[in-house]
Amino acid sequence: MSFVEYGEFMKEGDTAIVFLGHDSMFPVKLQHGAQTQTKYGVIRHSTDLIGKRYGSKVTCSKGGWVYILHPTPELWTMNLPHRTQILYSTDISLITMMLELKPGSIVCESGTGSGSLSHAIIRTIAPTGHLYTVEFHQQRAEKAMEEFKEHKVDHLVSVKSQDVCKSGFGVVNIADAVFLDIPSPWEAIGYAKSALKMQGGRICSFSPCIEQVQRTCQALEAHGFTDVDTLEILLRVYDVRTISLQTADLGIAAEDESSAGLGQSAVCSNPTQRTLQFKSAVTPREMVGHTGYLTFATKSLF
Amino acid sequence: MESSQSARDVIREGDFVVLKRENVFKAVQLQRRKKIIFEKQWIYLDNSIQQFYGSTFEITGGGNLQPKRKLEESNAETKEAGADNRNIVDDGKSQKLTRDDIEALKEKGIKGQEIVQQLIENSTTFRDKTEFAQEKYIKKKKKKYEAVLTILKPCARILAMMYYGREPGKICQLRYDTLAQMLTLANIHAGSKVIVMETCAGLVLGAVMERMGGYGVVIQMYPGGGPVRAATDCFGFPESFSDTLHEFPLSKVNSLLSRKYSPEISSVGPNDKLSPEETSNGCLSRQQMAEKEFGSEMVLETNESEAQEVTEVSTGELENQDSQDQRNAKDKKDNEERKKKQDEKRKKEMQAAALLREKNADGLIIASRFHPASLLLALLEFVAPSRPFVIYCQYKEPLLDCYTKLREMGGAVNLRLSETWLRNYQVLPDRSHPKLLMSGGGGYLLCGITVTKENARLDTSGLDVQKTEEPARKKQKVEEFQS
Repeated sequence: MSFVEYGEFMKEGDTAIVFLGHDSMFPVKLQHGAQTQTKYGVIRHSTDLIGKRYGSKVTCSKGGWVYILHPTPELWTMNLPHRTQILYSTDISLITMMLELKPGSIVCESGTGSGSLSHAIIRTIAPTGHLYTVEFHQQRAEKAMEEFKEHKVDHLVSVKSQDVCKSGFGVVNIADAVFLDIPSPWEAIGYAKSALKMQGGRICSFSPCIEQVQRTCQALEAHGFTDVDTLEILLRVYDVRTISLQTADLGIAAEDESSAGLGQSAVCSNPTQRTLQFKSAVTPREMVGHTGYLTFATKSLF
Repeated sequence: MESSQSARDVIREGDFVVLKRENVFKAVQLQRRKKIIFEKQWIYLDNSIQQFYGSTFEITGGGNLQPKRKLEESNAETKEAGADNRNIVDDGKSQKLTRDDIEALKEKGIKGQEIVQQLIENSTTFRDKTEFAQEKYIKKKKKKYEAVLTILKPCARILAMMYYGREPGKICQLRYDTLAQMLTLANIHAGSKVIVMETCAGLVLGAVMERMGGYGVVIQMYPGGGPVRAATDCFGFPESFSDTLHEFPLSKVNSLLSRKYSPEISSVGPNDKLSPEETSNGCLSRQQMAEKEFGSEMVLETNESEAQEVTEVSTGELENQDSQDQRNAKDKKDNEERKKKQDEKRKKEMQAAALLREKNADGLIIASRFHPASLLLALLEFVAPSRPFVIYCQYKEPLLDCYTKLREMGGAVNLRLSETWLRNYQVLPDRSHPKLLMSGGGGYLLCGITVTKENARLDTSGLDVQKTEEPARKKQKVEEFQS
C-alpha cells in the first residue's frame, strides 16, 4: 500500500485503519510480532493481518470482530494524531477543486500543521506533481516528514522549516497553486505570488475570522490577484432512522382509518395505540457551524 | 518538458476554451472565422490565437478581440463625495444624457470606458453620492458598457460552475461543491480503476478523468445507445486520455453478473440505429455533440444563431448529398465503415467487460437521473473490498433506500448521508457580508467503503449491535416523547 496507490493485501510496514464501528477507528502500523488492543480483544499482526486482504473482517481474541481498511487521505484525516487544528475533508474537497489540482500540479502549502491537507494534496498531484510545504515549527516539520516517509509518499513532497511570512516558500515561479493556512496570510501574499508560475495560477487562504479575510483580500488586490472570491462550505450529515409516530385518536374505527389513506406506510397496530412508521433523514442536534472562510484568487498574466 | 508545458498555455486553433465575462461562462471550440454569441454579443475569437490562457480581451467593432492591458485607474482628481443620501431625490432627471445620446455614443464606436466617464460627468447626483454608492454606480455602468472577456483553459472547476449556472437541469442540479466532495470521498487519483455511472452530460466523467490525469482506467456505464460526453469534450483532454476510457452498456450489466454475457447479443441490434450520433464514433460526432449541447442555448439567446446552426447543418447535408451522388461506390464503403465501427465498438465493449469481470475496481461514482438503489447494488459487485463509493442524488429519499438496502445486504461500512451548503461572501472594506443569494440546494451524497461480504449474514456480537441503525433504547425514547 501507499497513500497514492491501492494495494490488495496487507504488508509489513503498511499503515492500516482498524474499523470498529462508525466514528470508532484508529490507524495501526503493521509489524511482524506486534499486537494491537481493541475493545473486542487483541489482534496479532503476523497471524491476523499481514497477508490478508484489505477490507477483511478480522476476529479478535474475545470473539468480537473488526474490519481492516486500506488507508486513504480521508480516513487518515479522521484518525491522524493532532499536532494542530486540522482541515477536514469537506473543506479539503473544495480547496482541491477550486485550486484546480490534478496529477502533475506543483503546489506550495503553509503551514504543514498535522499534514491533513498535505496527504490529500499529495494524493491528487501524484505521480508527477510535487508539494512544497513550509512549517515554521521545527518539531512539526520533522514529524510531518517522518509520516510522509512512513506512508511512502516522501518522494512527492519537500518539507521546509522556515517562516513563510519572512522567507517565503523557498521556490520561485514553479507553482500552479498556493495554499495558506496561517494566522496572518496577508503577510505571505507577496511570496505566494512569486512562488506561482509566471503564466499564473490559483491561490487559496483559509482563515477562521472575517477580519483576517478582509486583510487578505486587500493584500490580494494590492498584489494584482483577480477573481477574488470568499466562500464558506458547511457539511450537514444525516442519520437514517425509522421513526414511528402515533396517530391521534379521533374516534374513527380502525378500518375507516386505513381507507383514509394513512395505511400506506407500515402500521403497527395494537388495540389501543396505532403508530405510523417512516424513514427519515434526521439532522443531528448539533453540527459544525463554522470552520473557516476560504478565499480564492487567480494570479493573472499582467 | 518545460517548453511543452508553456506551449500548452498558449491558445491554439481547435482548442476547447471557456469564455468568461463577470461570472458568466461559456464553453466553445476555437475556430477561425467562426461567429460566436456570448452575452448578447457577436464575437470572432481569431485574435486570441497564440495569446496566453487567462488573457483578457476587449470586444471591438465587428466582434473582434483586442488584448486588454491592465487599466491605470486614473482617478487622480480629488474625489468628492457626500456623506449620506438625505438630499438625493429620485426625480428621474439626474442623468442629463438621453437614451438617444447614449445610443449615438455607442454607434460612434466610442470605447465603453469613455461612455462610463461621460455618464458620470453628466450625472448631477454623482458628486453627492457616498463614496460607496459612487463605486457601486461605476461598477454597474462598467458592467453594462465595457465589453471585456477572459479566455480560460477549461477545468473541472470552471465547467462545473458553468453547468450549474447555465444548465443545472442537464447535470441533475449537481452543484460544484458537491462534485468536489464526490471526487474526494471516492479518493479519485492517478492509477486507479474507477467505475462511473452518470447522466450529467459527461461532466462527472470529465472531472474524474481530470483527477486521474490519464493514469489508470475509467469505465463509464451508460444507459441507452451510447455514453453522453458533451461536457467531457469541453475539457479538451489530450488524445492519450481516451486510451484509459472504456464504456459498457448498463443494459448488459445483469447478463455480465450472471455470466451469460456475450457482446454479440444486441450490439448489432436496434440500439445502434436508434441514435447513431449518440454513440461515440470518433472525433467528428463528438464535436457535433458538443455543438448540439450548446446549440440549444444559443437558439435561446437569439434567432440569428439558429440561422447559423442551420447553415452549418446544411453544409453537412451537402456533403452527404455529394456522397449520395456516387451512391453505388460509397454505399458499399459506408457499410464497410459501419461494420468496422461496430466491430470496434464490440471490441471495446468486450475489453470493458473483461475489466469489470475482474471485480477489482477501486471506486464507484453514481450521479444519474435514475433511482440509484438498483444501480448501486448491481455496480458495487464490480468493486474490490476496502474501496470507497459515492452516490449522488438530487433528492434524499432515494438515498435513504440505498442506505437501508446496503445495511440489509452488508458489504459496506462507514455509510454517510450528507449534504453541503455553500455560502458566498462579499468582502469589501467596511462592507463585508454574506451575499444576498445563496443556492437552495446542490443535492445529496451517500458514501461508504466496501468490505468483504459474509456468505451468510451473522447477527452476532460486536459491530452489528452498535451498528444497527436504530438502537432499541432510542426507539423507546421516541415513543416516550410522543406519548
